[in-house]
Amino acid sequence: MEFNLILVGLAGVIAAATPIVFATIGETITEKAGVTNLSVNGTIILSAMTGFAVATSTDNLWLGFLAGAFVGALVAAIVAFSSITLKQSQVAVGFVLTLMCRDLAYFLGNPFMGLSGPRVPPAFEIPLLSKIPILGTLFFNQDILVYLSFLLIIFANIYVYKTRPGLSLQGIGERPASAYIRGTNVNKMRYIYTILGGALVGVAGPMYSLSVKAGWKGTISGLDGIGWIVLAIVIFGGWNPLRGSLGAYLFAFLQWLGLVLQTSLPGIPSQVLQVAPFPLMILTLLLVNIGNAEWVDRTIMGLPENVRPAISRLLRSMKTNPPSSLGVPFENE
Amino acid sequence: MKVELRSIHKYFGPVHANNNISLTILPGTIQGIVGENGAGKSTLMKILSGFIQADEGEILLDDQVITIHSPSDALKRGIGMLHQDPLDFPPMKVIDNLLIGQEGGLFPNKRKVAADIKKLANQFGFSIDTEAYVEGLTVGERQQLEIIRLLWMGARILILDEPTTGISASQKEKLFETLTRLASEGMIVIFVSHKLEEIETLCHRAAVFRGGLLVGEAIQPYHTDDLVRLMFGKPMELGSRLGCHSEENVVEIHNLEIEDPRLHIRDVDLDVKAGEVIGLAGMEGSGQRLFLRALGGLLATTGRTKLLVKGHDLTHEPYSSYLKTGVAYVPADRMEEGLIPGLTLKEHFILTGDTKKLFIDQEESLHRTKVKISEFNIKGRPDSYVEELSGGNQQRALLALLNEPLSLVLLEHPSRGLDLESTIWLWEKLKERCKTGTAVIFISSDLEQILHYSDRILVFFGGKVSKPMLAAETNVDQLGQLIGGKGFVN
Repeated sequence: MEFNLILVGLAGVIAAATPIVFATIGETITEKAGVTNLSVNGTIILSAMTGFAVATSTDNLWLGFLAGAFVGALVAAIVAFSSITLKQSQVAVGFVLTLMCRDLAYFLGNPFMGLSGPRVPPAFEIPLLSKIPILGTLFFNQDILVYLSFLLIIFANIYVYKTRPGLSLQGIGERPASAYIRGTNVNKMRYIYTILGGALVGVAGPMYSLSVKAGWKGTISGLDGIGWIVLAIVIFGGWNPLRGSLGAYLFAFLQWLGLVLQTSLPGIPSQVLQVAPFPLMILTLLLVNIGNAEWVDRTIMGLPENVRPAISRLLRSMKTNPPSSLGVPFENE
Repeated sequence: MKVELRSIHKYFGPVHANNNISLTILPGTIQGIVGENGAGKSTLMKILSGFIQADEGEILLDDQVITIHSPSDALKRGIGMLHQDPLDFPPMKVIDNLLIGQEGGLFPNKRKVAADIKKLANQFGFSIDTEAYVEGLTVGERQQLEIIRLLWMGARILILDEPTTGISASQKEKLFETLTRLASEGMIVIFVSHKLEEIETLCHRAAVFRGGLLVGEAIQPYHTDDLVRLMFGKPMELGSRLGCHSEENVVEIHNLEIEDPRLHIRDVDLDVKAGEVIGLAGMEGSGQRLFLRALGGLLATTGRTKLLVKGHDLTHEPYSSYLKTGVAYVPADRMEEGLIPGLTLKEHFILTGDTKKLFIDQEESLHRTKVKISEFNIKGRPDSYVEELSGGNQQRALLALLNEPLSLVLLEHPSRGLDLESTIWLWEKLKERCKTGTAVIFISSDLEQILHYSDRILVFFGGKVSKPMLAAETNVDQLGQLIGGKGFVN
């Protein structure tokens, strides 16, 4: 295949990963605060439908995105209320919501099936930057959503790791009691981050229905399952917005690879190539997180002295831990 | 700054945790707060530090009545509390720990904070690496960090809740030195402990709590007997060593070898007689815990190790064989490894009872639980959840759960978190076991306790193990030397 064609294909991968990036960062922020919002899969489908319906009815693209964010925030608010205020199981509530939202989307979305709605304006080149060889084609000839996702990745990382409120966000997920004695209103902040994270997940829906997979096609829209992959990416991404985003790109890349290989390897059944990204994704992520396993530690101890420090430093840098209080309600006595 | 507590009352349901407590503390004082577990000391400290609010009574700072709404509110007024388990963020960097809760702009000035902290830490001779991760620090270092943080945030009154649990002797010395210095600079230090000797060495004054009441105050020089009488309402005496006279070997250890990423223990030979008590001393992480876990069947041994209990070869046998042979292990972390949070006392006794039956005999288990509760003097009901019990009662429950008869009981820090009365009671129970021929091996960081109750002592240092010493023929100084690594042959 020609080099330029590959580049264009990879640029397409970045565009296709954009909704996953938004949802991953949203869920990462929620979980960093110590709340698991398991409703991601249902939220994405429902907000895709709602976003499409609103954008089509009002003929206003951006109202569609707003509606998607609102749906995500609303579902997240239910999760927050039941887990933070009512102290109910986040897992149970999230599961029920994800199923309910999905079916609700298919039911309510019926009148909008197959309609043609507005679409996000096509890709445009950023002056100067798009002229950089390779990188220009990859990153700077994209649509507005992709550019926004770049900003989101940068902003989320700076916020979480460099700002004062971001440190507090990490604190309430790690050890709420410590955050509380330092003056943080733990439950209020958990509400805020759950709803904010939910809104970001909600934005991912219209990104599909108004851009990446434009239109609303009900059960065949191919959105079912994305949310679960997002939850996996958050975990393997080590609750780090940047790593999570890289996971999103990896997943989109594997899907693209499946499509490309289909044409060049006709011997392999197409189903294999369509399914392959999922196990491949899990394998890759397991490999990235290998530093978490205890037997690896033990193996390293047996390595020769001259290579050991380098390898153990590498593994240490890849090592991740969930926020210690993920899923644990907080009460100040 | 002067603190005055006036007629403080606090109720938890039917429990009157603080009953009309009045206490005045003057600047420059190290005030000891002493009492057994559940006497109401922690409740009062939580009230003063804003964690909970009093039901009645007033708090005055410099003769002004104040209301403290939250811990951060307390710290703004200069009252800082160091919790027993320092309330920090282990997976995060030291610098980030300091920044959370500090007021200021969106982007904190890390370099300035790091410099300020280093300067403050240097004044007290602490070395704080602001780029280190908190989880890599020892409890003692985390305490130092938290003290520095509280001072940096402007604390003028420092409350310390049982701060000496889990820290090394040298860290304790350093801590006491620091507290003395803070008091000499006019600060108030409130030191909560159930260890009388600590109160006696450190505190200018001591207030004694019992059953929610402030039963008395004492000033230096103290009379230990008076304090004990105040604390328990009666004089207390440590029981004596039982003394082992059996010739029968319960445990035979040959060439014991344990490999761990950090330590390598090898060539340990030891015979333990029936009814004998062996104390394991050493700094935390010197190998004594590995040794104990290996004897309990919880850790694989390597090399030519041979381990016999009551003549049965248990080397490389699964844990269940150890249980069958009557080996019991009582861990230090009671809630993590010993008991099951979320299950009641009765359910614990069901689990350890007859496992052959499919259905639970509710009445029989209830009866058995009640018998055990009264026999072991556990303050709790059969349907109490284990996490609701106090530390002392959890330890009693753990002992009550041990099967009978046993050949060998292994205990990690059996008296950790227990007051004197509970400790004495614990050893009485263990001695009853010894009389029936059970051998006891225990780890403790309390040398006095090791000397007092052991027949023989092993000292661990960096994986090396001393020859067994007769407890009656050694003393704290000699043990201290060995613990510090002096006098090991190989």
